[in-house]
Amino acid sequence: MHSSYVIRRLLQIIPLFLAVMVVVFVLIHFIPGDPVSAILGDRATTENVARANRELGLDKPLIVQFGFFVNQVLHGNLGESINLKVPVLRLMLDRLPVTLFLDVYASVLGVVMAVPLAILAAVRRNTWVDSLIRAVFQVGLSLPGFYVALQLLTLLGARLGWFPIGGYGVTFGDHIYHMFLPALTLGLNLAAILVRTLRNSVIEVLTAEYVDFARAKGLRSRVIMTRHVLRNALIATVTLLGLNVGGLIGGAVITETVFAIPGVGKLMIDAIFGRDYPVIQGLTLVFAVLVSLVFLATDLIHARLDPRAELS
Amino acid sequence: MTTMHSPALEVAVRPRRRMPKATLLIGLVLLLVLIVAAIFPQYLARYSPTDFDYEAILQGPNAKHIFGTDNFGRDILSRIIYGTRVDMQIAIFTTLFPFIFGTLLGALTGYLGKWSDAVVGRIADLVVVFPFLVLVIAIVAVLGPGLNNMYIAVSAVGWVSYWRLTRGEVLTQKKAEYAQAGRVLGYSPSRILLRHLLPNAVSPAIVYLMTDMSLGILLGASLGYLGLGAQPPTPEWGVMVADGKNFMATAWWISTFPGLALTLAGVTFSLIGDGLADALRPRA
Amino acid sequence: MTAPHLSVRDLNVRIPTPGGVLHAVRGVNFDLMPGEVLGLVGESGSGKSVTLRSLIRLHRPPIQMTGTVEYGGQNLLAASDAKLRSVRGGQISMIFQEPMSALNPVLTVGEQIGENLREHKGLRGRAAQERAAELLDLTGIPSPRARLSDYPHQFSGGMRQRAMIAIALASEPQLLLADEPTTALDVTIQDQILRLLLRLREELHMSVILVTHDLGVVAQTCDRVAVMYGGRLVETAGVNDLFHAPKHAYTLGLLQSLPGAGEHRRPLQPIPGGPPDLRSLPPGCPFAPRCAYVTEACRTGEPPLLEVAPGRFSACIHYDELPALKSTLEEVGV
Repeated sequence: MHSSYVIRRLLQIIPLFLAVMVVVFVLIHFIPGDPVSAILGDRATTENVARANRELGLDKPLIVQFGFFVNQVLHGNLGESINLKVPVLRLMLDRLPVTLFLDVYASVLGVVMAVPLAILAAVRRNTWVDSLIRAVFQVGLSLPGFYVALQLLTLLGARLGWFPIGGYGVTFGDHIYHMFLPALTLGLNLAAILVRTLRNSVIEVLTAEYVDFARAKGLRSRVIMTRHVLRNALIATVTLLGLNVGGLIGGAVITETVFAIPGVGKLMIDAIFGRDYPVIQGLTLVFAVLVSLVFLATDLIHARLDPRAELS
Repeated sequence: MTTMHSPALEVAVRPRRRMPKATLLIGLVLLLVLIVAAIFPQYLARYSPTDFDYEAILQGPNAKHIFGTDNFGRDILSRIIYGTRVDMQIAIFTTLFPFIFGTLLGALTGYLGKWSDAVVGRIADLVVVFPFLVLVIAIVAVLGPGLNNMYIAVSAVGWVSYWRLTRGEVLTQKKAEYAQAGRVLGYSPSRILLRHLLPNAVSPAIVYLMTDMSLGILLGASLGYLGLGAQPPTPEWGVMVADGKNFMATAWWISTFPGLALTLAGVTFSLIGDGLADALRPRA
Repeated sequence: MTAPHLSVRDLNVRIPTPGGVLHAVRGVNFDLMPGEVLGLVGESGSGKSVTLRSLIRLHRPPIQMTGTVEYGGQNLLAASDAKLRSVRGGQISMIFQEPMSALNPVLTVGEQIGENLREHKGLRGRAAQERAAELLDLTGIPSPRARLSDYPHQFSGGMRQRAMIAIALASEPQLLLADEPTTALDVTIQDQILRLLLRLREELHMSVILVTHDLGVVAQTCDRVAVMYGGRLVETAGVNDLFHAPKHAYTLGLLQSLPGAGEHRRPLQPIPGGPPDLRSLPPGCPFAPRCAYVTEACRTGEPPLLEVAPGRFSACIHYDELPALKSTLEEVGV
């Protein structure tokens, strides 16, 4: 991988971040009526509104306001939660690890479920094994996350008592145990997406001429599977995971709400019902930045794994 | 050495005929069921979807109420049937505007290329770094809960996939001979674009439309469940799952059946999507 | 007479397709002598590549292969997987038409030679590296040591084909199967690759089966030619005999469809029609619908491949009515 490629990709992210800030900034200005009254809610007395306007610089031209906003963001100031009276950044840093844990856990479960089944389906393509795997995951793709969460919670949590029905736990082992059902919910959905694409990608590899060439070389099937097929499947998996990070974050919003997990997803929903606009704004910004960073990392990892990547 | 490619030897392999897939057929039959339920719920449902019946509260599935009743005594099956209309409406309105807008834009920028393509490309890059659900939720939070605001939010985000698909297809088709021929014949660019390129380039977008409808239903139901989409007492399936969430231990049927209806609708559209993808694949 | 190196008897390949079973190879018989270069010629869909791939049982289910492929006292079509693996790559190697798709894009050329050396020569690490560089050098790739760590897409088309040949030759096979090895290449590169193959055959004492649709390539490289049509062998002959006096109407058609050169230049006569549909063959000779010499007898039964002159086999009823051609090998392209 050439360092010029890395630098080019890193430079591309700067205008992207700026554009993200524009979107988030504009978003809040779409609040119908007076944004300050909306932000202040019940406390929107004339006096308070005027003071907030001054403090937030809302009496200035829009472009000046935006400059002010960018300056604040770059200094790590995302505003203060109206309801919790805590800096938004502080709030987020407390909650983000929980969500990251959930998403990584879900990715691991998703990959562990999807990769072997996708390969099995591809190897046994157009047989009943393949049909069964595809049918199960086709249904899985159509299952709403909140519904799966609710059913798992009721069945494995409340009724059978195998898993806790909420919370995050204290130790790492606790986390694994507490977050199993939420991670499974997200992981199943991820697996459904992965199986669909991976199966086709593995079939493409299996029927590729270079596999025939490898067979003509007299290599063992095990060697062909690990060196030629799995390696390509791995590249496809990494790319798919990277592209799906937005879905995982969105999924976390729903799953955390159902399982009452104190992550940023739950924070977002609470903020929406509490009309806590600074929190909504801050979270939207951070999520977008997070996704762009994951996209960047995916590109770099992909370039590392797949020698052809830099060509395109 | 002079190479001799004998003309007689250059013969293309003939295309194979493709069997019509059972998946498409099953999908279309299920779709028909959904459409009938959406248009004529009053003939299929035995009870009102919204009237309370305090005589029949929290009844499990029985002969009178096949899927049971909820905590207001409303018949679950009747509510599911009436809900078909709401969720089909969601499927259509979450996809229609993105489809039309994205496809036209994709055809346009794919055909014009240059800066128009670059600008829209940057905007698309920007849109996709916002997690779809998060952005929709944020927009709905700003505009206020409800289905109409959800449609606005989804339209602002959902066009990107259609734009990409159509743009890519137009880029390919543009090089195809018939487009070149049209140019030589002196057809106007708009005629080449609308009469020749677009109809050929739109098939991937149509296939994706089906997948997207199933995603749209899931999204609408998720927002309904969170309380940001359809509002009670609307018999929307996501809302119905939420209605029953506090009764899961004692009255599982309130949430379970609407959830199955959602899954069935999702499967319907993805089956049709798969079937169409197969049928529309060029040169089978 | 020496024993044949490879002996194919009654080879049949059936490929199930949604539109019915495609009988791609129908009762093919031939022998390959040690050190011989045999050209297998035919149109796309004539079954030549399918035949070649069957020789080392490369087809996978649901494709069915029957018959025998005798090699080293073994029937490869019935050999155990382990035995087959040691023959594949070890004694019989194969190169493909399109090196870009036959080489794994995510493994370096060095790694792809290495796995062959490890499997058949037990070479690992530094020793394998050394040998791999030698092989690249042997196939005429400049600065071989440096190129070992390059990926296929970093090679030019001709170099890529050389790299694939180096991989195939890593185990020092006695028989090389070449499936249209020059079709994807520029004319000048084509020539280089063919010369390379001929040189390597001399140096390594290999036999070669070369599948091609290019009669120029045949004229340049082969000792003997087998012509395929509609999944069958329709004529086999020494390369000189074939070009001077074809004994099958189809071969004649092929030669007449070649642009001649020099004073013997004559108008091109393409063969009318297209190849037969192998899922629904007419009774009789499969070439009959396109043949200029066709008679009623041709349509009633499929003519068998018979010895019509010493060392010459033809499946044409009218073999002795065909005109001799003035074409020489030089004229055809060497």
